[in-house]
Amino acid sequence: MTATGIEISGLRHAIRGTEILAPATLTIPAGRITALIGPNGAGKSTLSRLIARIEPPPAGTVAVNGLDVATTRTGRLARELAFLGQHTTLASRLRVRELVAFGRWPHCHGRPGPEDHAAVARALDDFDLAPLAGRFLDTLSGGQAQRAHLAMAVAQQTPWLILDEPLNNLDLAHARALMAHLARLRDGGGSILVVLHDLNFAAAWADNVVAMKAGRVIAEGPPAAVLTEDRLSALYDTEIRVGSHGGRPLVLHHL
Amino acid sequence: MRPRTALVIALLLALAVALWLFQGLGPGNTRFVLGLRAAKLAALALVAASVGMATVLFQTVAQNRILTPAIMGFDALYLLIQSLAVATLGTVGFAMLPAGAKFAAETLLMTAVAVALFGALLGRAAPDAIGRTILTGVVLGILFRSGATLVARMLDPNAHAVVQAASFADFGRPAAGTLGWAAAVALPAMALALALGPGFDLLALGRERAVPLGLPHRAMVLITLALVALLTAVSTALVGPVAFFGLIVAGLAHALAPGARHRVLLLTAAALAATLLIGGQWAFERLLGLRATLSVVIECAGGIFFLALLLKGRIR
Repeated sequence: MTATGIEISGLRHAIRGTEILAPATLTIPAGRITALIGPNGAGKSTLSRLIARIEPPPAGTVAVNGLDVATTRTGRLARELAFLGQHTTLASRLRVRELVAFGRWPHCHGRPGPEDHAAVARALDDFDLAPLAGRFLDTLSGGQAQRAHLAMAVAQQTPWLILDEPLNNLDLAHARALMAHLARLRDGGGSILVVLHDLNFAAAWADNVVAMKAGRVIAEGPPAAVLTEDRLSALYDTEIRVGSHGGRPLVLHHL
Repeated sequence: MRPRTALVIALLLALAVALWLFQGLGPGNTRFVLGLRAAKLAALALVAASVGMATVLFQTVAQNRILTPAIMGFDALYLLIQSLAVATLGTVGFAMLPAGAKFAAETLLMTAVAVALFGALLGRAAPDAIGRTILTGVVLGILFRSGATLVARMLDPNAHAVVQAASFADFGRPAAGTLGWAAAVALPAMALALALGPGFDLLALGRERAVPLGLPHRAMVLITLALVALLTAVSTALVGPVAFFGLIVAGLAHALAPGARHRVLLLTAAALAATLLIGGQWAFERLLGLRATLSVVIECAGGIFFLALLLKGRIR
């Protein structure tokens, strides 16, 4: 299977007549970190959930590396893309190691082999979870639980990783470690789509930025082209100044 | 679950079965008495395993630990179908129906209705689907129960008595005629539930996690609901509705095997249910000489357990 990226064409979504996502046509390139930014209600989560087939099949088509998500078997897609959404409450009582091991399901269907155990152990290490591996998830803090979920998605070892606001609840050390981990995955040939609220994480780590507002994609390109004063001020309807650090934009949104 | 816990449950179950079969066995007519006891034992075990497994499965698909098929009106639906059958066919027509065909038709109808009603609710992605399901289920339960009562009121007293007999749990006299048919439905359903065990583990994670991991979520929800409906039909047909029994059993199974896989949970719930039901019925029949009814005690204990769950805030 060649990594051709995520091709979105004519994709739209509406809830009871309210348009959440205007018809969108977009290609998210493979082998890159693509950051999805925009104000609240822009449709970022909806777009990522539609790509990951969490919402019912929409109007329009989405193809991930050439696989149409509406028609491809869900078990096949689970080996092509991993998704982590924002809802991290769990009804079942699980230990951290058990949750991460679920990430291997698409490969082993509940019968883990040595390769699966190794992948789980590596994911636990990557997210500093080894000391917590035996703890039940309901005894963890929000950030620790978020890391456990991230480890599960990463353990799935799919060509595509789609994360909806993965920095939620993470402290600054773990937030930076996550972005560095995503960069390592990209350098190993992986493709990542990540919804980010903190523009500086997008500026520092993304190769490609997609800006959305009111259900529409309004800008797309490398960080230096999208994260400009004019564009960001228009995107968020407030004046935003942009500096520069180490050759990348530095968004001074807090000033 | 620790091996010791499993061993204790297995020993208790064996003890209950042994007491049921062999306690107070006189010298004469051993074969006749044993045969009688074995038939009743089979019915009780079938009911227990059905209720236990149905409740565990339903709690998994509903993502909630205090819901049971009974609270959601599954058994009330069965009673409504019974009442309607008596109302349309008359007492004689109802009694004349061949037990097997009647049971098969009722089970099929109930499964279809349950899958249609709850499948539409639970198969969706909406984040509030669970809350809506609980409310809808409780309202539907009331609707089915009131419907059954309404139909019963319109019947003549004789017909009403027939419906009434089917409307209260009676562990003492399991409906013997349907035992074979009930087993023919329940045993394959249980086997399928165990075969699908790892899928239920995934289902328990919720749609947002299960779908990216490759679970055909909607199909799995519908299969689970069909299994719950079949198993509930079996237990209701044999002994009548049991409201809180499943709640006790599923709660105990989750407590004794925290975080266990569904195969273990299902077997634990079935074994616990059989132990409680067989042991309890033995105590009430032989020790207390039928001066009290097991169903009342079970419902009372289950009600208290339900309140305890509510007060502990385990509603999720």
